[in-house]
This record gives sequence, structure tokens and C-alpha cells, in this order.
Amino acid sequence: MKSRPNWPAGIFALVWLAIVVGPLLYLVTVSLRTRAEYLGKSVWEMPDALSLDNYVTVLTGGFGQYLLNNVIVTVATVAIVVLVTVPAAYAVVRNTSQFVQRGFTLLLMGLAIPAQATIIPVYLMITRMQLYDTLTAIILPTAAFALPVAMLVLVNSLRDVPRELYEAQAIDGAGPMRVLVSLVLPLARPAIMTVVVYTALNAWNGFLFPLVLTQSESSRVLTLGLWDFQGQFGTNVPALLAAVTLSVLPIFVVYLIGRRFLLSGLTAGFGK
Amino acid sequence: MSSQRPSAWYAVPAFAFFALFAALPMLLVIYLSFTAWDGLGTPTLNGGENWSRLLDDAEARASVWRTLVLMVVSWLVQTPIALLIGVWAAGKQRSRAVLSSIFFLPLLLSTAAIALLWQALLEPNFGAFVGGPLFLGDPDIALYTVVLVISWQFIPFHTLLYQGAARAVPPSLYEAATIDGASRVSKFRHITLPQLRYTIVTSSVLMLVGSLTTFDTVLILTNGGPGTATRILPLHMYITGFSGFEMGYASAIAVVLVVLGTALSLAVMRWSGFRQMSSQQEGS
Repeated sequence: MKSRPNWPAGIFALVWLAIVVGPLLYLVTVSLRTRAEYLGKSVWEMPDALSLDNYVTVLTGGFGQYLLNNVIVTVATVAIVVLVTVPAAYAVVRNTSQFVQRGFTLLLMGLAIPAQATIIPVYLMITRMQLYDTLTAIILPTAAFALPVAMLVLVNSLRDVPRELYEAQAIDGAGPMRVLVSLVLPLARPAIMTVVVYTALNAWNGFLFPLVLTQSESSRVLTLGLWDFQGQFGTNVPALLAAVTLSVLPIFVVYLIGRRFLLSGLTAGFGK
Repeated sequence: MSSQRPSAWYAVPAFAFFALFAALPMLLVIYLSFTAWDGLGTPTLNGGENWSRLLDDAEARASVWRTLVLMVVSWLVQTPIALLIGVWAAGKQRSRAVLSSIFFLPLLLSTAAIALLWQALLEPNFGAFVGGPLFLGDPDIALYTVVLVISWQFIPFHTLLYQGAARAVPPSLYEAATIDGASRVSKFRHITLPQLRYTIVTSSVLMLVGSLTTFDTVLILTNGGPGTATRILPLHMYITGFSGFEMGYASAIAVVLVVLGTALSLAVMRWSGFRQMSSQQEGS
């Protein structure tokens, strides 16, 4: 019915496409240039040849360790968040006690806490707990700051479950633990996926907590590693951009496989 | 049988974890703002010294001003683009679906990756604009260059919000307007914009709070320079605390950040209403 093409909007969208894609093209193409080509030729000129040397440089320069650290931090953060929020969300929906409801309200107020403002006390606590410069130091606050959004998403999804389903389970004599496993978990699966994606992206791309809570190479995560490459490679910008490209690759693969989940995780709690 | 309902214990791990690593730091930062602490020894109370110093600190005042400029300009740049592209991307056409999947690509990059990419791109000798402006090296435009990078990073996120909201507008509204002979512009003004008002509020506050707490982008791009041209409030706090080792004074700056952030977030609760946030549907 409304098939008349909207030319001004289409042109605007194409301009925006160029703005989005331009820098990404720059990222990938420069990462495939040799250093000599980068220094000798404008990026607007075609290179003589493409080379994967930069990727070799990066992969032999500590990248593997950073990647591994990133995976550990991400997996552990997601595991903690899912393990504590799923039962808690179930309790918020089915337990009407003051403690649970007040606690939930307080937790939602955490949505307003900027993590940036807490780095000094978090640093104090982590050093006092003798955890400074460990991966655990990154995991604990990263997980804690993911809790408000995770709870919001899970509670909203469980509130949509008809009360009759819980009651039917109760008539069958199922205890709360069985209800959690056989009813809550399956019904909350899309919401749990959203929480997993949201938490994983935050942990994967986190910068602030690793910056102030770790120091040595053995506990360095990817984002900090990239920043460190900048100093290490100096003017070897192609190698730096190869490292940046490699750091994006895992998430790009996830995007190709499950775009819908990734996007819903990104707007967790605020999307419509 | 009351045992069929989950006991409060189910919620305790989540609450305790949050209390320890998010709520306690919030209280601690207020306490620390009344202490002198170099980051190594023990914090010692020094009364309101940090606070009276903050009132007289010209650099802090300047960084608050820069933060406000960053917030306002970012909002002015991001909102119209995200709104228009989001509404456009909500269309069912195949071409729009394909293009919007490309529009979302910047969302996959970490802040560190984006900052390093743009730094290389804008590098004056070997970047993409050799002979152009100095961008990050020019004190007069460095802050606006930061806005550019932040906008490139976050417009896709807000586009995503608007796309979702625009898809939820009942098609019948547009059909009725079409029958009445309404133009495209007037449909946008009289149907789309009013229908998106909650999303505009939510997106705006996320944008404002996001700009207020911008940190890693600026740290990597300019480290506050040239001079102090891009030293915004969170960076001022970080440099004061972790480079200047004045953790007590930095905590006072952090409290200012929290107060500003909370005021903005309360505004979102007020304008958009909690109902709006809790009645969202998954996956639409």
C-alpha cells in the first residue's frame, strides 16, 4: 500500500552508511597493509599487495594471553550473574515478603549508579581483599554492576508467566526448586539469553575495572591489551589495527550467528 | 502449603553480591570524600577539606563545563540522526533490513577499539585526512572531535531503540492518515513523533548519563589534551585519583558525578514512568 519510495530518506541512509562503513573499511584495509605501505602511501591509494604479517605480529605478541583472560573474565561474570539472578528473579515474582520486594527496589536503584564513580572505593576494597591484579578483581565488580539490568529483564519476563502455571505445579506437589528447574528455566530462556548477551558484552568490552584493578601482563584483558599495543607498536599502526580487528572478530561471529539475540542483549532493559 | 513458594533465600545471593560490590562502594565513596588518602596507606578523615577545595578548584569547574558541552552537543548530534535512521530502519523493506544490519556494526566494537581506530583514522600525518584539520591536536576542536567519535559509537544503539519503538506503532494510525491524504512529513510529525515520545525520553537520558560518564574514549583518544581541552569530569577524577594519588579529593569529584547522574536518571523515571519500563515485551 505504501510502496512509493522515500528518496530523501534513502539518500540520508546511504550517507549514513558511508559514515558507518568508512572507518570499518579503514580498519580492515590498513590492518592488511605493510608498515612501509602505510608510511609511504596515502590510505586512499590502492596498496601493491595485501599482507597478513601484521596479524602474525599480533598473535605472537601476547594477544593469546589477553584473549584467554578475556574469555575467563567473560565466562565467569556471566556464570555468576545467571546463577544469582535467576533464583532471585523467581523469588521476586513469587515471594511477596517485604525483604524481597524492598531489596528488589533497592537493586533497581543501582541502574542509576555510574560505575565510574565507584572505582576509588572498589579499588580500596579489592586491595584490602588482597585481590589486586587478579582476574577475580575484574570479575566481581563487573558482575555486580550487571545485576540491576539482569534482574529487570528476568523479573519482567517472569511476571508475564500466568499464575496458573505455578499453581498447577504446586498441585502436582512440586517444591520451589523443582518449579525453578522445570518451569522457570524453560520459560525464562529468551530472557536469560538476553541477560547472557548483555553481561557478556559488558564483560568482554569492559575497560574501567581492568584499568584500575589490574597491572601486570598476566592479568591483562583484551581492551587494555589493545591500549598497551598502542605504546608497544608505536608507529606500527597497521599492527595495532590488526589487533583491534582480531578483538572484534569473536563478537562479529556471534553477530552473524545470532543477530537477534545480540541486539536484544544490547538494549536489555530499555528496548521495546 | 507455603513451602511451594520460593523462600527469601533465593534472592539473598543476588542481593548480597550487589550490596557488597555496588551499594557498599556507593556509601564508601561518600565517606572517602571526607578523607585524605594517597591510595596506599589508610584513609584519614580531614573534615570538609576536599569539598571546600572543590568549590575553589578552577580546573574542576572547567571540567564540569566541558562535560556539559559534551553532553549537550552529543545529544544534539545523536538524537536527530538516531531518530531518523531508526524510523527509516523500522520499514519492512528488504533493503532496509540489510542496511540496518550494517548500521549496527559499530555496536560490536569495544570503546577501546573504537578510540584506537579513530585515533589512527584522524592521525594528521598518515591518517585518512592528511592536510585536513588537526582534529584531536587542535584545542579548539578536540572536544567536538570527541563528540564525533562518541556519536559514531552510540548512534547505532539509539537507532536500535528507535527502530524497535517505531515498529510498535500501530499501522492503523498510518493507514487512517493516508486515507485523509496526510503527507509523509505530517505523518512523521503528528503520528511517529508523539508515538515515540517515551523512547525519546529514555534515549535522551541514556545519552546524557552516558556523556556524563564518558571516560575510556577520552582517556585513549586524548588523555584530556591537548592541554586540558578535553579533560572532562570523569577524567579529571581519574587523573586526580590514579595519577595524582589524591584519592580523597577524587572521591569528592566522584560524588558530584553520582549526584548529577542520579538527578538525570530520576528524570527518566519521572518522565517515562516505571510502567513503561516494566511493560516492555521481549523480542518485538
